[in-house]
Order: sequence, then structure tokens, then C-alpha cells
Amino acid sequence: MSGGASGGGEWPLWEVFVRARRGMAHVHVGSLHAPDADLALRNARDVYTRRQEGVSLWVVPSAEVVASTPDVRGSFFEPAADKDYRHPTHYTVPDGVQHL
Amino acid sequence: MSTPVPFLLGLADDALVTAQRLGWWISRAPELEEDVALANIGLDQLGQARGLYAVVAELEGAGRTEDDLAYLRGPAEFRNVLLVERPQEDFAVCVVRMLLLAAWQVEVYAALAAREGPARGVAAKAVKEVAYHLDHAAQWVLRLGDGTPLSHERTRAALEAEWPHLPELLEPDATAPVDPATLREAVLGRVLPVLEQATLTVPPLPAAPPTGGRAGHHTEHLTDLLAQMQQVARAHPGATW
Repeated sequence: MSGGASGGGEWPLWEVFVRARRGMAHVHVGSLHAPDADLALRNARDVYTRRQEGVSLWVVPSAEVVASTPDVRGSFFEPAADKDYRHPTHYTVPDGVQHL
Repeated sequence: MSTPVPFLLGLADDALVTAQRLGWWISRAPELEEDVALANIGLDQLGQARGLYAVVAELEGAGRTEDDLAYLRGPAEFRNVLLVERPQEDFAVCVVRMLLLAAWQVEVYAALAAREGPARGVAAKAVKEVAYHLDHAAQWVLRLGDGTPLSHERTRAALEAEWPHLPELLEPDATAPVDPATLREAVLGRVLPVLEQATLTVPPLPAAPPTGGRAGHHTEHLTDLLAQMQQVARAHPGATW
């Protein structure tokens, strides 16, 4: 599962999410190795928030992340390519409308 | 009136020597993530040392700078405890020592931050840093002590080596702004539950625990450490970059 280039390679991999400020969403910033959840959180603090990047951290076992795979890219994403009516671009904004 | 200078100098020297010892671990920690953690902790300690040296330099009023205090004093002028100057090239020793030192530093800095005095600002910042160091060390002592038979044995051996150096941190000093002897219960209250949960037995103390660091009586290990740490500053006096 780990296979990282960072040494022993026996610790599992964790995905790290940082919330930069109150009111913002947690954003994926990278991954790291740790033997368990408590240390994953602490490692994330040391590796990813050294420069005041965040006010909150999530760590998630990488093995628990269910990801789409490249070979389904066609069926997953291409059908959206020509459906421009899904974008709010067909509306003209009347003159004088504010706060839009 | 007593001056806090000797006490603050000891506190600063503990932090500087600890920073230098932790620097040894960079590129050598069990994992990259721990490498970064130990480097962070070392840099915290270095920052505390700098802040305290600046306070000491001002209190002395003798024209010495923080660099002079760090780089131009010999081993006999350093006031750090023996705990921190010995090599720590075993990870169990590293985290056990960090547990003992941080438990003490947390109490000292909290006490300094709670009263008026020249080191109040430095201490208020440092107390949050060393609280994290204490947590980091405790997390590892728990996992290694209550881990595999091998990790337990190595942590037990580390505790046996480091424990006799705890009394020096708690020696009475009536002239200090915070008498370390008054912190004994609080420090043990932080350390003993961790050791118990880690299934480690507290070793007996020797009849005469090692001491002398606060008076400038050090082991040869500090001489070696300072020789390496100070060589550039001494070879090129006043150099800047």
C-alpha cells in the first residue's frame, strides 16, 4: 500500500486536507506516511502547516479513497463536454443589474 | 537582589544544545515525516535559545550579543544540564529524552510566562512549542514502549539511561525566578502517566545522580558538540552572509 520513496515503506499512506481559514473548505494538499491516525495528524501538522497554511486538518487513509480510473474517463467525463447548457452562459445580464 | 541571568542562561543553553543534538537526526530519522518533525522541534528549541540569549545579553549589559553567547563561550561557560549534551543516536533515547526535557520545559516556561519578568514574552511563545514537543515525545514513547518486544526493550534501555539525569533538572535554585525544585510534582505528573501507559517501569535513581552542568562541569560530549557547532564562527570571527 505504501511503497513510498521515503524510507521503510511499511507505514500506510494518508491523504492530507487543510482548511486555510474559517469558512473555507478543506483542500487536498498532499499525502504522507504514518503508522496510525494520531501520528498522521501530527505528521500533517509538521509537514503541511509549518508556514501557517491552516486552521484545521483532516487525514484520510489513502486506501479508503475510492477514485475514478483513467480507463473510465470517456464515459465519466466526456459526455459533459458538449452540454454547454449546463453552464450559466446563455443568459444575458440586463444592464444595471448589480450584485450578480 | 538576585539576577535571573544564570537561570535564563541555563535554560537557553539547554535549548541550544538540544537543537544541535536534534539536528543530527536530519536525514537519519526512521521516516521522512519524522525527519521533518524533529527538525521543526530542533528549530523551535533554537528559537527559544535565541530569544533567551537576547534577554540575557540585555540584562548583562556587557555588550555581548546572542551570537557571542552561542559561539564564543567554551564548555565550562555553558550552563546546560548533562541530560541534553550526551549523544542521542538511538531513536528511543531521542524520544525518551524529549519527554523528560519537554515535561520540565513546559512547567518552567508556563511559570515564567505567568509572572512579570524579562523572559515573559519568550516564555509565553515557547510554552506552546514545548507542549507540542511533549506530545510528540509522549506519542512515540507510548508506541515504542507498548509496541513490539524489541521496541519495548530498546525504550526500557533508553529510559534507564536518561532517567538518572532528571534530578539535575529539578535541583533547588533559590536565586532563580522559578525554583526548579518546586516543579517536581508537576513534571512527574506529566511523565509518570506516559511511562505507565507505555508499560515502562520507572528505574531506581542512583544514590548520587549525575550533576554539575549548571555549574559548568560537563562531559567531553559537550566539548565535541561545541567544537562542531562553533567552528565556523570561530574560524571567521564576525563573518556574515
